[in-house]
Amino acid sequence: MADIDVTFDTRPLDWRTAVSFAGIAAVGLLAVLLPVFASEYWLVAIIIPFLILSLAGLGLNLLTGYAGQISLGSGAFMMIGAYATFALQLRLPAVPLPLALVATGLIAAAVGVVFGFPATRIKSFYLIVSTLAAQFLFEWLFVKFPWFYNGYSAGSISLPDGIELFGLDASSLEGRYYLTLATVAILTLIASNLVRSQTGRNWMAIRDMDTAAAVIGVPIVRAKLQAFAVSSFILAIAGALWAFVYLGSAGVHSFGLTRSYQILFIIIIGGLGTIRGAFLGAAFVSVLPLSLDWLSQRLFGGNVDASLLQNSQKVIFGVLIVWFLIREPEGLARLLSSATAPAASLHPRKIQRSSSC
Amino acid sequence: MSFFLETLIGGLLSGTMLSLAAIGFVLIYKASGVFNYSQGSLLLLGALTFATLTGKGFPMIPTLAVTIVLLILAALAIERFLLRPLTNRSPMTLFMATLGLAYIIEGVAQGVMGAEVQALDLGIEDIPIFVGDILISQFDLVAAGVAITLTAILSFIFHRTRFGISLRAVADDTRAALSLGMDINRIWQIVWSLAGIVGLVAGLLWGARQGVQFSLSLVVLKALPVLIIGGFTSVAGAIAGGLIVGAGESLAETYLGPFVGGGITPWFAYVLALVFLSFRPAGLFGERQIERV
Repeated sequence: MADIDVTFDTRPLDWRTAVSFAGIAAVGLLAVLLPVFASEYWLVAIIIPFLILSLAGLGLNLLTGYAGQISLGSGAFMMIGAYATFALQLRLPAVPLPLALVATGLIAAAVGVVFGFPATRIKSFYLIVSTLAAQFLFEWLFVKFPWFYNGYSAGSISLPDGIELFGLDASSLEGRYYLTLATVAILTLIASNLVRSQTGRNWMAIRDMDTAAAVIGVPIVRAKLQAFAVSSFILAIAGALWAFVYLGSAGVHSFGLTRSYQILFIIIIGGLGTIRGAFLGAAFVSVLPLSLDWLSQRLFGGNVDASLLQNSQKVIFGVLIVWFLIREPEGLARLLSSATAPAASLHPRKIQRSSSC
Repeated sequence: MSFFLETLIGGLLSGTMLSLAAIGFVLIYKASGVFNYSQGSLLLLGALTFATLTGKGFPMIPTLAVTIVLLILAALAIERFLLRPLTNRSPMTLFMATLGLAYIIEGVAQGVMGAEVQALDLGIEDIPIFVGDILISQFDLVAAGVAITLTAILSFIFHRTRFGISLRAVADDTRAALSLGMDINRIWQIVWSLAGIVGLVAGLLWGARQGVQFSLSLVVLKALPVLIIGGFTSVAGAIAGGLIVGAGESLAETYLGPFVGGGITPWFAYVLALVFLSFRPAGLFGERQIERV
């Protein structure tokens, strides 16, 4: 693993740790102060969706990048998050939003365990059946039964009282930004501790070779279901934020299969099995369409057909996915760490093992 | 009773269309252990090329030849730039790579040939015929005939020819096949070409039925439960799986649908596949994998 450092250095703080602490502090400070100097457009259209997509990527990365269980159902779990939060806020208005988000996460975690259960019997791409089943089943469920969208027209849902935090109105731009930032920060902290715990080690053992992991006594069934639960928890909260903080009102179509692909692409490009990867991948996915737009404006004065732009974006994504899988399976995270730390050569690259033995 | 039979037979026949789409996956899975998510895009590419060219007034037979050549070229490119660099990587990596490939093929195909729905007329009349008092779609019968013929040919190739045996060897253990001096790159080229052609056949039939458009590439999502039920490694399984899914969907929509509000076709096949998975993880005709550490 690229992110496990085994050092025998007993000094309390060497320069690399100091640099990385300083880096985290700088990023944190920048994030907190961002509303002061970023324009409204940047916050609403780029930063908030980027943060939420990072969170979704993080959720999927725990499942796919760390535990090695592939999922094409990220959209479904985000959808569950949005609809569960909506139901809780609508029917139990007394429950404050943060608590509702936690409850939403728990509901999604339970659903995740149900759809993850086949993972205890099947493996690799067979799992996409189970996760796709979730995707199609919930798309159908939330459209078919008016209870879920409270009979609103067009089936789109939005929070009845807006975004309210303990009596304070957080619907303002800053409120939405800080709510997103705080949620993402807390969940990232939990996730990055989790992957360094026994649970995280179990996941990685299963990913690298589940039969061998079972032989050395890793509780396979429990660890896989844990991965599904935690991943669904995070994805659901990301979905709720996406629906109500970013979009304002959402429907099933906001969480379709395309969303599932997008989240998967985020972690492939960003880096499978790294915490940073989700953020780097999400940044990339958010910025690429914008820069393509900008480029076409600059080069062709906006005379480019929209569908052509969309298709070329598709091709670029496809090429990048293939390129990263071939050249840099650890994604942008790996590229970044080899660019910033010359000592990276001390960590030999993971040797690719044949899957057939 | 005759209504039940009609529903059942209609379902079985539309199931053969699913089988047709699924056979392409089986071919590639058997030869390279890859679940090829881009099969749906290959199907779209073939059908779209054919429809665009015939739409411009080119005669059918030369167009077919041109389309097949294009698909073979695509297979060569895929082998060279995707499969070869990814040799010996995990099945999951390969699956994700084919997902990227699907995006490339769809983007290129639609960028060049447009995203409008194109009508495709193969000259098969779709006038329902009566057998006794049961209504049967003539088009479905032709599709079923094609599916059965393709299956017979492919089964023969797999089990009776030297090429088929080397295919199975490569799928079974790529490294051992390599050390025996098998040219796996050549084998992959041939298999992906074949899968492209099978995809073309399926794409033409599906396209003639519902128009050639982007949604054709979603056939991949319809074929997946078929593969799970039938088993990834068996051509006969693809047929059986298709029949089960087709009949199941048709009966469920008719008899179960009204109780839950209808529109259950998108997920019914998946739930059925999950049920099958929990009892027979390798599918009806699949080979059980034994894993060693």
